[in-house]
Amino acid sequence: MIVYSMSTDVTDLAAVRVGRVREIATAHLGLRGPLIPILHAVQEDLGHIDQADVPVIADVLNLSAAEVHGVVTFYRDFRRAPGGRATVRICQAEACQAVGAEALGEHARRRLGVDFGGSTSDGAVTLDEVFCLGNCALGPAVQVDGRLHGRVTPARLDALLGEVAR
Amino acid sequence: MSGMEAGGAGMGEGKLRVFVPRDSAARSVGADAVAERLVAAGAEVVRTGSRGMLWLEPLVEVETPAGRVGYGPVAPEDVDGLVAAGMLDGQDAGLGGPERPTRRDEMSDSPDGGRVDAASPAIRHGESGVYLGLVEELPWMRRQQRVTFARVGVVDPHSPDDYEANGGLAGLRTALAMSPADVVEEVVTSGLRGRGGAGFPTGIKWRTVLGAEADVKFVCCNADEGDSGTFADRMLIEGDPFTLIEGMTIAAHAVGATEGYVYLRSEYPDAVETLTAAIEAARERGWLGERILGSDLTFDLHVRVGAGAYICGEETSMLESLEGKRGQVRAKPPIPALEGLFGRPTVVNNVLSLASVPAILADGADAYAALGVGRSRGTSVFQLGGNIARGGIVETAFGITLGELIDDLGGGTASGRPARAVQVGGPLGAYLPVEKFDLPMDYEAFAEAGAMLGHGGIVVFDDTVDMAAMARFAFSFCAEESCGKCTPCRVGAVRGVETIDRIRTGQDREKNLVLLEDLCELMTDGSLCAMGGLTPMPVRSAVRHFGEDFTR
Repeated sequence: MIVYSMSTDVTDLAAVRVGRVREIATAHLGLRGPLIPILHAVQEDLGHIDQADVPVIADVLNLSAAEVHGVVTFYRDFRRAPGGRATVRICQAEACQAVGAEALGEHARRRLGVDFGGSTSDGAVTLDEVFCLGNCALGPAVQVDGRLHGRVTPARLDALLGEVAR
Repeated sequence: MSGMEAGGAGMGEGKLRVFVPRDSAARSVGADAVAERLVAAGAEVVRTGSRGMLWLEPLVEVETPAGRVGYGPVAPEDVDGLVAAGMLDGQDAGLGGPERPTRRDEMSDSPDGGRVDAASPAIRHGESGVYLGLVEELPWMRRQQRVTFARVGVVDPHSPDDYEANGGLAGLRTALAMSPADVVEEVVTSGLRGRGGAGFPTGIKWRTVLGAEADVKFVCCNADEGDSGTFADRMLIEGDPFTLIEGMTIAAHAVGATEGYVYLRSEYPDAVETLTAAIEAARERGWLGERILGSDLTFDLHVRVGAGAYICGEETSMLESLEGKRGQVRAKPPIPALEGLFGRPTVVNNVLSLASVPAILADGADAYAALGVGRSRGTSVFQLGGNIARGGIVETAFGITLGELIDDLGGGTASGRPARAVQVGGPLGAYLPVEKFDLPMDYEAFAEAGAMLGHGGIVVFDDTVDMAAMARFAFSFCAEESCGKCTPCRVGAVRGVETIDRIRTGQDREKNLVLLEDLCELMTDGSLCAMGGLTPMPVRSAVRHFGEDFTR
């Protein structure tokens, strides 16, 4: 993770980012089909896949920027703008629907004041929907920063949101 | 660390090992906190996979001379009381006192010995800390035939020693002593069919790859378990990852592959972690790499994490994704067995297909084929989810009926209301009414009933479900997740949502129902892959069996 200081110039920031993206992409060149592992690594390290990252990755892999752009936009996991400090994903697939997932999703949207895919104005939480977390016997299921929670009631969701919204 | 601290009250002399699942479903309802409390109380805790009795999670088991006794569900705040009452000595330390029947009594009160009592108030209302007695003797366990899942919930998934001590590697050792062609024929003889949903005979697929000439061949495991209601792949990987590694290594020997990939979805971070650690341990042991177990076999395995696209569960989309492209389906032919990953001959199998192979080689194809009915041989891992009282996994031979699974083993709905609809085989599977509960779990019987067994996922809905809304959801899911390559799927699903909306609001209802049927026929016949081709299945079955929901 790059640490930005208040005095860092915007152009310096961009240059630092380009260097880091190139470094990550180059480190994955030994893999077969390295593009998706690279995108995961860039997002993990820098928080999102910026439009400016695309030509850099394309250059390292000898692909067109259009090809890389097509992959970034095809997959739901890759976000093109910074997200909240925590990500809360609520399962909306059939098994969780059977035990009240839609009402839970509605509760979350109302409580956070954002739609699925949106982030709260304080940047604390990104809310999203997900279709199956593999917890179909213990629904409704919610994933908070990769951590799975089962049988989530609106009250339990409020408690989970309270933990991450600080 | 805290295991060295003073034990709580009730600690016996010889400390017994205590097992707490680290399966993500068990963790999702507090297994980590329970394990921490047990360690603090002085127990030696081993983290295992889950037995699959998910309504009892967190399920704590204590090793006794008679076998493992269970307590569940155990809340963290139950732990100290259970320990004080002698839990760590394996005693009946149920919290409810002598008057209250233990859950084991309720569950074993069954007329035919195998049937599990459906109306258990303790289970329905989630009383915690209940002493269950010997876990292996629970009627719910006794009703099953665990082959692929035999070690899940039993062994420590991070321990290669535990794996080997519990029968692991026997299949690979047998296979390595055989010629590749003989291994392939053994799998053909077993009758194993693809557990990912399509049901294509696994051995036939392998035979094609074995016969193909190429500089390099691949084994790819499709672990992109995106179907709602399916979680057996996840549980197998989190609970017994070495079985999958062994199965893939046998496949590599059988077809002449040197490199393998497991395409695992990003929604399963625990599974990614467990499998990655197991592959690393397998390499250190010489179970992967060069000259595996002293043989001539060279094979290495890699985990690749998907990026949130349902369509990548389709085998050709998965291959595109592994190659670093958008996950768009390929037209077949050529089949992946001849031109798969990077254009090379490739075995593409589901997790459960590959994980079934070690037992087939270890115990013989005939033993496996002896289980099942008709052309559905062996066992299947059925997954009970949705609105169900006792959800989880049940591994049993094909031929058990839908009703036996839902009512006898599953205990009916969790809400206590009448069940109304069941979706079998994922979001692209049919919705069936309770009148179909006598249907045997068998590929052909399901196909005949206009349904599909798919991956064996079963999602239960009670009588509050609106089936027109579920049919609409099937289309909207397809519209969202279509790879976009073919028009019937990409556009048809959008038109389907619009048409159902008109039906639900009463606009030209009769005409739109005819249009809906036309659209379904076109998508079935004209789509490039199963995504567009099967989306009509939930829609048509909803209209057929629950027509009243479309006319109110």
